[in-house]
Amino acid sequence: MASFSSHAKADEIVPYTIVGDGIPQSLTGSPGDAARGRALVLTRTTTCILCHSGPFPETRFQGDLAPDLAGAGNRWTVSQLRLRLVDASRFNAETIMPSYYRTDGLVRVGRNFAGKPILSASEIEDIVAFLATLRD
Amino acid sequence: MSAWRAIAAAALFAAAPALLAGEIPRDARRSGYSFMGHDTRAMQDDDTSNPGMLFVLDGEQLWGKKTGSAEKACADCHGEARDSMKGVAARYPAIDKTLHRPVTLEQRINLCRANHQQATPLPYESRDLLALSAFVAHQSRGAAITAGDDPQAKPFVEQGRELFMQREGQLNLACTNCHDDNFDKRLAGAPITQGQPTGYPLYRLEWQTLGSLERRLRSCMSGVRAQAYDYGSPELVALELYLMSRARGLPMETPAVRP
Ligand code: HEC
Ligand code: HEC
Repeated sequence: MASFSSHAKADEIVPYTIVGDGIPQSLTGSPGDAARGRALVLTRTTTCILCHSGPFPETRFQGDLAPDLAGAGNRWTVSQLRLRLVDASRFNAETIMPSYYRTDGLVRVGRNFAGKPILSASEIEDIVAFLATLRD
Repeated sequence: MSAWRAIAAAALFAAAPALLAGEIPRDARRSGYSFMGHDTRAMQDDDTSNPGMLFVLDGEQLWGKKTGSAEKACADCHGEARDSMKGVAARYPAIDKTLHRPVTLEQRINLCRANHQQATPLPYESRDLLALSAFVAHQSRGAAITAGDDPQAKPFVEQGRELFMQREGQLNLACTNCHDDNFDKRLAGAPITQGQPTGYPLYRLEWQTLGSLERRLRSCMSGVRAQAYDYGSPELVALELYLMSRARGLPMETPAVRP
């Protein structure tokens, strides 16, 4: 798997293996960068804080459609967090949380977004690394 | 499901079988107005500070202006809009008798231009079309919405309802996920409303201009990174019709102001 990822372009889905309720292996083969992950979560175009709030005192623009992200690192393992971001519908088929690393089963995707996952493998890894640091 | 919806749903089950599951019961329907801050409400309420009124005044001028090769004004056929257009917008989109499908108020205006004025259609979101539709819809301010009552409209209302429930776009969200299930919550800090169509065309501070309901729907679609339907497409008309029937009984506000 890891050998595929080094050749993959940013908007291609690298293969991954679900084990139990998670994805134990990094999508890029290496650990993410938590500081970059924090910055990504706070970027509006990443869309997380449209719905979620969290320990982000610097911004008022946080949503409340979804659980507060504080403590997410206590509640979930890295493997579970990775699967949650890749495809949250695996946890709850009715969830409104988008699948950030899935391109199938979608309807009328806008021209600029068609065939691309919302986030790249390395962005997912950075965010997972950040979420794992969110401990009460 | 919030407590009131659970209670309302239970009550409804016994009392009003006409309502469909997931729909907002009549006495819980609220215009976007009720979600706004004091300043924005005050701007809408006072005609001298409501920027939409400038468009209404432009529309009044156009109503009386002879146009097209027929050299006729709207007023030549319809007379005083205060009388003839009262309550009209509250039942649009309405079935056109020759086309056998619903047309929006904007489409009706352009049909009148083509058929009775022999004039070219006004482009969607052009100042003149917004002004005319704002002027006509303003004559219904305060009137209760009744669109969709026509039995012939039923299949189109149903089509619109399906579109409202359909998840779409890269973010894979349906209208209902925000406007039925999560109104009163906050998306990135801004209140989510029920998505009621009561005030269109309306002045949106973010747009710095008047805009149609179709413009609003297209921006919700782009928001979920879906391919927005074209202006005037059957899908947007059906959605508009469904939204109006979903707002049954709410008063028209044109021209409303929204953040
Ligand atoms: C459109 C709304 C929406 C967006 C956008 C969204 N989420 Fe979620 N998320 C939810 C909801 C709702 C839940 C609750 C569980 C469920 O429905 O699956 C959730 C659950 C979670 C959880 C588990 C929370 C807990 O502690 O129980 C994490 C972690 C999470 N999301 C992270 C993210 C990150 C990171 C992003 C952006 C990359 C994101 N979410 C974007 C709606 C959203
Ligand atoms: C991710 C959330 C979300 C989705 C999905 C969504 N909208 Fe919206 N919508 C909003 C927000 C935020 C606004 C601006 C504030 C408000 O009025 O709720 C808005 C505004 C509106 C309004 C204007 C209400 C007014 O008072 O003027 C209408 C009508 C509307 N949406 C209809 C729709 C329809 C139809 C769809 C599906 C095609 C849709 N929305 C999908 C979030 C969403």
